[in-house]
Parts: sequence; C-alpha cells; structure tokens
Amino acid sequence: MARILLNDVRKTYDRQEVIHGITMDIADGEFVVIVGPSGCGKSTLLRMVAGLEGISSGTIEIGGKVVNALEPRDRNIAMVFQNYALYPHMTVRENMVYGLKIAKLPRAEIDQRLARAAKMLELEPYLDRKPRALSGGQRQRVAMGRALVREPAAFLLDEPLSNLDAKLRLQMRLQIKDMHLRTGQTTLYVTHDQVEAMTLADRLIVMNSGIADQIGTPLEVYERPASEFVAGFIGSPAMNILTVSVGDGAAILPGGRRLSLPGLPAGGQFRLGLRPEDLRLAGATEGAIPVELRSLERLGADAFGYGVIEGTDVPMTVRLPGNSAAKRGDRLGVLPHESRLHLFSVETGRRFEPARGA
Amino acid sequence: MAESPLAPRGATRIWGHLWMILGVFVVVFPVYYVFIASTHSTQTILRPPLPLLPGPEGVANYRDAFSGGIDRIGGVSLWRLLGNTALIAVGIAVGKIAISMASAYAIVFFRFPLRMAAFWLIFITLMLPVEVRIQPTYKVMVDLGLIDTYAGLILPLIASATATLLFRQFFMTIPDELLEAARVDGAGPWRFFRDILWPLSLTNVAAIFVIQFIYGWTQYLWPLLVTNSNEMNTIVIALRKMISFADAETPWNLVMVTSVLAILPPLLVVVLMQRWFVKGLVETEK
Repeated sequence: MARILLNDVRKTYDRQEVIHGITMDIADGEFVVIVGPSGCGKSTLLRMVAGLEGISSGTIEIGGKVVNALEPRDRNIAMVFQNYALYPHMTVRENMVYGLKIAKLPRAEIDQRLARAAKMLELEPYLDRKPRALSGGQRQRVAMGRALVREPAAFLLDEPLSNLDAKLRLQMRLQIKDMHLRTGQTTLYVTHDQVEAMTLADRLIVMNSGIADQIGTPLEVYERPASEFVAGFIGSPAMNILTVSVGDGAAILPGGRRLSLPGLPAGGQFRLGLRPEDLRLAGATEGAIPVELRSLERLGADAFGYGVIEGTDVPMTVRLPGNSAAKRGDRLGVLPHESRLHLFSVETGRRFEPARGA
Repeated sequence: MAESPLAPRGATRIWGHLWMILGVFVVVFPVYYVFIASTHSTQTILRPPLPLLPGPEGVANYRDAFSGGIDRIGGVSLWRLLGNTALIAVGIAVGKIAISMASAYAIVFFRFPLRMAAFWLIFITLMLPVEVRIQPTYKVMVDLGLIDTYAGLILPLIASATATLLFRQFFMTIPDELLEAARVDGAGPWRFFRDILWPLSLTNVAAIFVIQFIYGWTQYLWPLLVTNSNEMNTIVIALRKMISFADAETPWNLVMVTSVLAILPPLLVVVLMQRWFVKGLVETEK
C-alpha cells in the first residue's frame, strides 16, 4: 500500500528527451491508467516507476521514499508484462513463488499466499503445469498471480490484456477491477485501449509524445478534454474536429454554415470538437449542419453514420438510433448540443475555456 | 513415419538412397576395417589382402591389450591412457562451457565500457587456431611449470570463441522481459544465471559438451608437445608412438584394438546425448 509521487519526471535517450516532465500524485489505493497511442512514452514512464529504466531528472517516490536509485526489487513493486514473461522451465507454482523464495519468506507464509492467489485467480488446477501447457488467458492469470503473491506497495501492469482475444479481454478486465477492489492496492496500468482506460481507471493520464496532456477522472477527460489530442483520442468513434472561424458570436463552419453559439471568443480561428453522440438529428431545421452520408455502421443498439459536411470534404460522424432508416447518400441535418462543444486553440491545441456567465 | 509432401518419389527416391548408402559406406568402411583388423594377428594384417570378416584372434587381442600388451610397448597401461584422455576431454569440454558461458553472459546481459571491443576481440580469436599460437603458449606453459600436467594439457585449449558465440546467440533469444521479471522478483545477476539462464541453456550446453568432448578427445598436436612422460599420454598420442617402429615390428593387432577403443568413447557420448544434442542445435523456440 503506498502513495506514489511523480515529480517532474523526465527521461532522455541520447540527449533526446522522450518524457517531458510528468508530475502526479497517486493516492494510496488509487487505480491510475496511463493511456496513449504507441510511442507516446507510456510504457517508458511505467518502467521508470518499476526501476527498469533510469530516471534522467525529477524524482519518483513510492510510499514516502525516493526510489530513483533503487533496484526494482527494493522498490516493493510487482509488475505484469505484456507477454507475461513467465519462466518457461518452471511450473505455475514455481513461477508464482520465485520472488517470495528469493525474499526468504517462511515456507508457511509462501504456501498461504500462493493458496490465496491461486484461489482468487482460479489457478488451483494448473499449479503443476508449465506455462507452455497453458492457454493465453491462463498464462495471463499466472502473471497476475505472480504479482499478487508479492503483496507489493504497488502493482504495475504494462498492457496486460493486449495479447488476449476480445472475449477474454473483457473477462480479465472485470477480474482486474475485482482484484483491485478486493486488495485495494495502488495500481498503475498502461494501455492503448481507451475502453480499458475508461472502465478501469480512477484517474487517467492521457499521454501524447512524452507529455501528460491531461490527468483526470475518466469522466472529466471525456467531458472536458484538455487538448485537441485528448479529445480525438478518448471517445469512440472519435470526436469530429473542424476548423472554424469565429466572429459576431457565431462560428462559421466549413461550407459556410453559421452556428450561433453562446460563450464564443471574440474572433479568430479555432478548432471545434463535436462528439458524434452529441449531435442530434434536426431534419431541415434552420441552422442545422447538412451532412451527406457516405457509409453507415450498424452496431445493433446504435448506428454510426460517416459522411461529410455537404459541399465540402470535411468528415463528420453522427450517432444514429440503431433502427435508423438512413442510408448511404442521404442528407442529414444535425444540430450540436450547445453545452457539449469543445473549442481548441489552433496554435497550441489546448482547450479554450469560454468565460462562463460573462 | 508419415510421408511428407516434399518426399521425393520413384527414381529420385532410389537415387537419393543410393547416394546416402554410398556416403555411409565411404565413411564407415575404414572404421569397419579397423575393427576387422583388430580381430586378426599381426601376421594376417601384414599379409594382403586383409580379410573382410572378423578373425579368430579378437578376444585374445583385446585381452592382451587390456592386460599388459600396451604397457610392454608404450610403458603405460591402456586404462591409464583412456583415463588420461577422458579427463582431458571432459576438462576441456567443461572448461570451455564455463568460460564461454561466462563471457557470453557478460557480453549479452551487462553494459560495461568496451563491451563491443571485448566481443570483437573474442570474435577475432576465431581466426587464431591453437597451431598459430603454439610456440608462445608452449613457452608460457614451460614458465608456469605445467609441462606433463593435466592443467598444462587442458588450460590452453579451454578458451573458445565458437562456444562463446553460440551462447551469445542463444542468450540474445531470451526475451528482455524475462530478465526484467527476474529483476522485479529480486533475482540478482548470479541468481538469474543459476535459476533461469542455466536451466534454459541445458540443451545448448549438451550440444556444446558433445562437440567439445570430441574436440578434446582427438587433440593431437598440443598433447604431443606438452607431455614428455608416457604416463601423461593420451590415447591418440600412444597410438602414434606405437606405430613409430619399423613396419614389421609394429604390433598392428594392438594398434587396431587401441584405435577401436579410441573411437568408442566419443561414439558413446554422441549416442547417449544424441537426443539433447540435436535438440540443442535445432531448437530455437523458447
């Protein structure tokens, strides 16, 4: 159990900085997900916490102790690797207790922890098997079990579900959530999958090229993305983002349509974000944005229409009811919810906050 | 055995077999001839043509060889020769594995200054066989007083670039995560080697042991140089000494017995370790 403090953590490879100063206070027992596209530095950050990568500057504290100079084994952490990294020549049992044996725990204590973890992860029938004789999901559970028995100050998981098929991934996601609820361990979890990020996290770190673009609860990140990158990354299908010019309290969309909106800045170019689920069908109502459907994806409960704003090549995605009669080539009029607009600076990509109540 | 889709058919197949049989014949026939000769008297061996079937003196020849026949000629018992050779072959094989594993471990898993320089230096020694450096090595052995000792026979032969490279290639196939998982589990370098790397390397160790055992067993030039006393002879050297007399005086029957006995142990090692040996050379998946 421990609080983890990251203080302006940076990583430099060959004089090139890849992690640009990340500061975060992770509370004891918190489940934090580091999410971002590949190459954004999320795994590097996790490995720096684990002690597998050096820290170029800044400090990392685990449980009130600066761990910068400590070996992984002295940081009181456990890690689950993407490819599980089970020792191929050891049985499941040996794999799980290897760390405890090195730590010279008493035999009875080891047995007790092994029994508890094996029960929680339903691994009891497989304890004497070698990893090669296990399925992907079982191997994944052994990797979790190996972390669990150590009863560490913090769990670090590096894309633990990315090698599983969709059904198992859902199952394991629930199991991880359940495990976290039961053990209450501080957990850092790296993923590129936004569903995992949204469902598991108490708080998210959305990373973009070595920068923490936003740190917040999943809902905050979804509702008030701090940058255009976050807006585009979180949410499925991705948010529609258009370049608009603002003037006279209205935004002029590509294609020339004027959208009168409250709280707009005085003028200039902006990027306007509209989530597909925040667009409502408005037929030919005055002011509606005309969208020409190019294709339609039916998911059962919902359907997603992919099109362009009429007369332009600006793509626009709209969520439709599952039983919508719309078809390719149709022209839909859509209106955004005024309270769910996102404006971003063209230059910095940061969110523009309208002066509320002004 | 199920027929593979690539199995050749008809004439190709027959030709293939003929070639293989011819190849085996070429390799095996001389060995067979040695065995046949070891069952005849010297007189029969020296009077051509040599029969193609075992003769009546086989049992007598072997009994004589083990119970003093070799002593009379070379001044040292056959047992001593076999013992010497086995000790040297095992010493060289084990020594080579120890040294090459240790250096490959250092090169692959540790970051230290001049790591690549060390690697290339080892690599370059591949081009320097024992024969090239034999005089300085001999001088060193004399200065260290290691002439006529097992250490003198073994030590100069145990550094091996080949085995180092083989182990390096194998170690590089070990996923980084395995090392990292071990580090998180609290295993230091020594533990990682003992608990994880060594068990995973066993098949490779077996393969290299077989190769190096045979290499050690068949050494000729170096043992010839570094031993003076008959007591320290290897079986190959003893063979050479036995036939250095005039042809008529050479006890050819005993020479042939000794030859057979010189071939047998490496053969046994190969047969017994065959399964592991092949696995170690072929297996890539870990």
